[in-house]
Amino acid sequence: MKNPLDSLWGTIISGLVLTVILYFVVKSLLG
Amino acid sequence: MDYVPALARWIHFMAGVMWIGLLYYFNFVQVAAVKAATADGTAAGITKHVAPRALLFFRWAAVVTWLAGAALLSDKFVDAFTLRHGMAGIGVGAWLGTIMLFNVWVLIWPNQQKILGLKPATDEEKNKARRVAFLASRLNTMASIPMLFFMAGGWSHRAIFGL
Repeated sequence: MKNPLDSLWGTIISGLVLTVILYFVVKSLLG
Repeated sequence: MDYVPALARWIHFMAGVMWIGLLYYFNFVQVAAVKAATADGTAAGITKHVAPRALLFFRWAAVVTWLAGAALLSDKFVDAFTLRHGMAGIGVGAWLGTIMLFNVWVLIWPNQQKILGLKPATDEEKNKARRVAFLASRLNTMASIPMLFFMAGGWSHRAIFGL
């Protein structure tokens, strides 16, 4: 499988996905 | 003593703009520019004159950003890093920033020294250093997206985001 960090778009999309994941992790920590 | 956090916030923003600005310069501009310049034999202009200067401001801006951020957190520093007492949002931002600082000094800078010839290295070591420095830099670019989300909204706008 290709590493998403090898492309700029892959890097940006990975960052956005990570943002959503961490957002819900933090929300669950607070819940 | 209210001026201390106010000054810390100002310095945190200025140094942060320089750090992340140069990170984006490396990833959005320099990587592609060096590839094109290598093809027409002009890469030395970038690797000899631009990259070392950019790296100098990049790595020290990272340190100043972290220190000013720590001063800004002040007595909430432990709460932020332990994600407690309403500090989970900004705490995640602080953790991401800390991991990024580690990447700068432990992965990017030592490997860039080999790539740019500031430290002796064989061709094989240089090739390995190129890959490690590239991936660490891309990892920081990726991490900067949630880091900036949690820094920007994790404290001042936490109610809107329910954090």
